Amino acid sequence: MKGPVIRVEGLSKLYRIGQAQPKYHTLRESIMEAARKPGRVLRSLAGMDGALGLDDEIVWALRDISFEVEQGEVMGVIGRNGAGKSTLLKILTRITEPTEGRAEIHGRVASLLEVGTGFHPELTGRENIFLNGAILGMRKVEIERTFDEIVEFAEVERFIETPVKHYSSGMYLRLAFAVAAHLQPEILLVDEVLAVGDAAFQRKCLGKMGEVARQGRTVLFVSHNMGAVRHLCDSAMLLVDGRIAMRASASEVIDAYMESVSGSQENGLPGHVVYDAEALGEEIEGTRVIRLELLDLDEAPMPSVRTWDDFVLRVVYSSDTEIKRGAVVVFIYNLEGVLVARMSTQPDSDYPVTFRTGRHHVDCHIESLPLAAGEYIVGASLARPHTGWIWKRKELGNLRVESRDVYESGRPPVSSYTLLALRHHWSG
Amino acid sequence: MVSKETAAELPVIVIKPSHGWVSLGLRSLWAYRELLYFLTWRDIKVRYKQTALGAAWAVIQPFMAMVVFSIFLGRMAGLAPKDVPYPLFSYAGLVPWTFFANGVSLSANSLVGSQNLLKKVYFPRMTLPIGTILSGGVDFALAFVVLVPMHLYYRYPPTINVLWIPLFLALAFGAALGVGLWLSAMNVLFRDVRYVVPFLVQLWLFATPVVWPSDRIPEAYRSLIGLNPMAGVVEGFQWALLGWDRPPGLLLALSVAVTAVLLVSGAFYFRRMEKTFADMV
Repeated sequence: MKGPVIRVEGLSKLYRIGQAQPKYHTLRESIMEAARKPGRVLRSLAGMDGALGLDDEIVWALRDISFEVEQGEVMGVIGRNGAGKSTLLKILTRITEPTEGRAEIHGRVASLLEVGTGFHPELTGRENIFLNGAILGMRKVEIERTFDEIVEFAEVERFIETPVKHYSSGMYLRLAFAVAAHLQPEILLVDEVLAVGDAAFQRKCLGKMGEVARQGRTVLFVSHNMGAVRHLCDSAMLLVDGRIAMRASASEVIDAYMESVSGSQENGLPGHVVYDAEALGEEIEGTRVIRLELLDLDEAPMPSVRTWDDFVLRVVYSSDTEIKRGAVVVFIYNLEGVLVARMSTQPDSDYPVTFRTGRHHVDCHIESLPLAAGEYIVGASLARPHTGWIWKRKELGNLRVESRDVYESGRPPVSSYTLLALRHHWSG
Repeated sequence: MVSKETAAELPVIVIKPSHGWVSLGLRSLWAYRELLYFLTWRDIKVRYKQTALGAAWAVIQPFMAMVVFSIFLGRMAGLAPKDVPYPLFSYAGLVPWTFFANGVSLSANSLVGSQNLLKKVYFPRMTLPIGTILSGGVDFALAFVVLVPMHLYYRYPPTINVLWIPLFLALAFGAALGVGLWLSAMNVLFRDVRYVVPFLVQLWLFATPVVWPSDRIPEAYRSLIGLNPMAGVVEGFQWALLGWDRPPGLLLALSVAVTAVLLVSGAFYFRRMEKTFADMV
């Protein structure tokens, strides 16, 4: 075949604020609206402007996107949350319509974001395979042909005549995934952000994706997992605020993305401040973390941290109520999203914390930081132990670990070779 | 495995914004006919799951209504037609009416009730309201069969015109779908529809010659009740089953015309709103 299998030209998608969320109007609101601005409600009922309110605030989820994907290409789509990745997939799967532009797709499209949709709990496994297959666009004969394979793949032979409401969640997911996996589309869209299930299940999804790619089919892979993108994709596209910032080989795009993620944190904050809600203009309400900072053992600001340093990570919170038996949790991720360390006052350290009203802090004393030089992401959360999160944020700010020749060899450990710099020595 | 040779024959999908009044999309509806079949089949299978009486409900609903109407309207209000037993008369009308009423109520909620599907998978959305109404066909058949013992009991044979019943049923389906398309699409935007529907259906019943015989209306104006599409359907059933000597000519023609208008306008409205469903629902 000549030419690309996916050709996108000038694609844009506009959302009115509130429209993207599951919000609906009541007639009463509309009647009141109509009293103020007659004609508008009638227009909306007639579908002349997708939603009420012609002058509502608008957001371009995608703006003038153009790209092509060749047959057999495995392309990663990366970008921060809200960059438009999921909107792009929704348009390509025809779930929602673009506002402008066009896309041309050659071949059948399936996406792994729809696993298990349309399953009916009262129907048996067998019945759901047929129903779900039909919803995903399979013909009855196709389903019949692959039926045994699906059942075998899902490992549910014994329960195939049992209503799926009696299935364990694992069985349910396996069956749902098995149907989607046997669709055999020419183009597969995977939205890892939306993928449900536990780690094992997500691995299965990724495995299936790799298999599809090896068969020469085209894959679009939306992910935050840079490791997976680097591993699975030939090329990648970086979306920033609904526009294509870069389209190149996967490793080039990932490097540029990581650069931009680490660069964006240099926002004029003093070097020792990892995160500052007020400087970022965030609203301070409820019980939440408002500041993260690095201090030395004398509680003086510490603008840079090196491998094996001792230091204090200060978590400043603000609370409008007193919460007894609270917990503070700190996360450290590498730029590929791998959780490197997690430290908590409860339950891990069994250190009692009471959140008092006003602004207070809890200090985490870290001895001999075992991280190799490089960029890391710090997150923090407040919780009630064993009960639930009060406030949680995976990415608060960046932690740059400066290099230090800890092994006195002239080769300081860096994160591209090793994530951890363990205190160790050799003998023999 | 897709080879380069076969790729040229692959279906080409063009995605672009639609403007103004779009086509009815009957071709894609046809392409998804198997999905329509499975959705209908699912609704039938699921409808009476976990109910003690099961499919008996399909008969109990119109039958109990018939009993109540016979006592209160037939006896007490004296609405009985001249030469037909009131229970037989009202049941003959209630059978198609129940099909219509259930079809309208279920299809009005069909889109909102399938939010998950709308947000995650593409398929012609019209399959949802159509499927729910079609699935009522089984209920209709069950309720219809009960007419046999009733005719025997009252020693009142139906006429040969029974052969026309499928056409009247098709008209009831068209009317239910026409209303269902309008209401289901509006329901996505305005959840008030959910509260309006039971009320609407109830009022509609009394505007239809199900419980009162149409000969109570002066001859000159009688055909005008055909503006209510269900009047044509119910008159048709009564004519076929009860052997009335007045075939519903002009009345029926009016009903067919109104149904056609409802159906076509409903379909266009539905298609027009369809692009916003996934964002608005």
